[in-house]
Amino acid sequence: MTTLDERVDAARFTTDEPLIRVRNLVKHFPITRGIIFQRKIGAVQAVDGISFDVKRGETLGLVGETGCGKSTTARLLVRLLDPTGGEILFEGEDIAKRKGDGLRALHREAQMIFQDPYSSLNPRKTVGSIIAEPFAIHGMLKEKGARKQRVQELMDRVGLNPEHYNRYPHEFSGGQRQRIGVARAIALEPKLLVADEPVSALDVSIQAQVLNLLRGLQRELNLTLIFIAHDLSVVRHMCDRVAVMYLGKIVEISPADSLYGFPRHPYTGALLSAVPVPNPTASHRRSRQLLSGDVPSPANPPSACRFHTRCPKAQEVCSVEEPTLEEKGGGSIAACHFPLSRDEVRREVEVTAGE
Amino acid sequence: MSVGAAESALVEPEAVESVELVGGEIVARSPWQMFWLRFRADRVAMVSAIFIVLLILVAVFAQPIVSLIGVTGPNQPNTGALNAFGQPTGPSAAHPFGVDELGRDILARTIYGAQVSLEVAFIATGAAVLIGVVIGTTAGYFRGWVDTVLARLMDVVLAFPILLLAIGLASACSLGHGCLGGLITPGRVTLIVVIALSSWPYIGRIVRGQTLSIREKEFVEAARSLGASNTRIIRREILPNLVAPIIVYASLVLPTNVLYEAALSFLGVGVQPPTASWGQMIASASSYTSAWWYMVFPGVALMLTVLAFNLVGDGLQDALNPKTGRP
Repeated sequence: MTTLDERVDAARFTTDEPLIRVRNLVKHFPITRGIIFQRKIGAVQAVDGISFDVKRGETLGLVGETGCGKSTTARLLVRLLDPTGGEILFEGEDIAKRKGDGLRALHREAQMIFQDPYSSLNPRKTVGSIIAEPFAIHGMLKEKGARKQRVQELMDRVGLNPEHYNRYPHEFSGGQRQRIGVARAIALEPKLLVADEPVSALDVSIQAQVLNLLRGLQRELNLTLIFIAHDLSVVRHMCDRVAVMYLGKIVEISPADSLYGFPRHPYTGALLSAVPVPNPTASHRRSRQLLSGDVPSPANPPSACRFHTRCPKAQEVCSVEEPTLEEKGGGSIAACHFPLSRDEVRREVEVTAGE
Repeated sequence: MSVGAAESALVEPEAVESVELVGGEIVARSPWQMFWLRFRADRVAMVSAIFIVLLILVAVFAQPIVSLIGVTGPNQPNTGALNAFGQPTGPSAAHPFGVDELGRDILARTIYGAQVSLEVAFIATGAAVLIGVVIGTTAGYFRGWVDTVLARLMDVVLAFPILLLAIGLASACSLGHGCLGGLITPGRVTLIVVIALSSWPYIGRIVRGQTLSIREKEFVEAARSLGASNTRIIRREILPNLVAPIIVYASLVLPTNVLYEAALSFLGVGVQPPTASWGQMIASASSYTSAWWYMVFPGVALMLTVLAFNLVGDGLQDALNPKTGRP
């Protein structure tokens, strides 16, 4: 039983250095009162000490309920937000406190795809100028016509008609708009692409197209992808490894197959058990594991294991001693004193996860 | 039936073509084309806009127009035009709008008055928009204490009795060489400064509110994640989205500024005699109640101008808001 930190420290000396190494990343949003003289009266602990690695070319999924800190994590990784504490090592360099030119350099390496294809494109700009914006910001491709040519190549690559260069975003469908967002994100050929629920605003019929586009681009450009979603089957389709978040903490981080086949954290089990099964007989056969109550407020999270207030397996130790992320066998790493057993998984989860 | 079929057969190719031109550039309507289509369909606003264009032409070409009509110049006293008691005379062939107490032609003075009115209103509104946009975007984009300070400043200016300030300035500075070593004297420049300083918060507030909402849009975040600087985001991402509200509010502030100019000139704070200004003409006319033409013509000119600007403003608001029906 080694902790994640030890495992990673051991891996530091191997040649396969991860692209990103996150250590104890913390983001607290202060809650203030008063207009001119602001007093801090508390903090929303959106992300509270998470650690994980992402290997080059890998796809890491990030799942969890609304408000668990997925999007905050994504924004911290591309430094749209300033971390309250912790380290983000990008190719071995700490980017957590970068400013100015250093930050601009990071923005060439790490890009983001946004959730809402309607608000992520400026309605007053043509598609051509939206996709050319990265080149304009970084002063690239200044020769006459070079930018337009590159933009049209990008449009073609993501499956848009290059002739539509001069159109406005409102003339496109949701799926096409998301393709525009993808073209903008890959324009600078970044190493890391963070996709924050890139398909959850799209029709189901369009989702697969955009997902396949992302996978194709990932292979072609050797992208490292961090994929955030709340649709667990989409995550399974896309990801090599999956991290499950609950109230600002990672509770389980495992290879996708082990996570779906044999979830170890009770919260992961509950999440998987909530996936609807498109088969009435199968869905009758299992007893769904329902969680009682709501997610506690991240401004005042429960002590020790944050899941103990809703956990069916919780015991006294769970509210006193915080479990660390540990190897639980089969490549699974979970933070739990009483991980699920095979029997429990079979009874409550497997019908869903098996298919 | 057959007629209908033939008709649809005639119409169809055209309809298909308008959706997608085979092999050609696909024609897209930009937001501005959509705006123009909607605005053109609004007849009241179009008539008002034409009136304003004519008014601007009249103001710009005041001199040739006055000499073309053949009336005497605006500042040319003519005791011969007064009646036997030395009182102004009404409309006649030589003076279609009548003359004032010095025998000056009221038509010519009304035409020249448009110059002052429009010049002051446009420059003051332009300055107000400039100040309002800079302060509004700064306050809305940076938020925090910057916003607090600037928003309170706007409240203070809005609460300020600006008419009293202007009257005070005028009475204190009208004698001798003015105030602050001749810096402040009653006249056009002071008028523009006072009006601009009193009307920018109206623009500033709207711009601040819109900026607050636009800065939360994901496209602003996207620009930031690409490495864009704050000034670039304000100029390239936020400002283009503010053009519509700025135009609408500028077009609504403009007529109030026309009225401001008239009011201040009426009170003797604005343009100094003998330069013609509608407000000032109405002020002098108030001592000659029997000479209706003296007050009516500049008054009607003022009223029509303000009305036209307001109607155009309303039309712009409707046409720039995509939620109003399409033509």
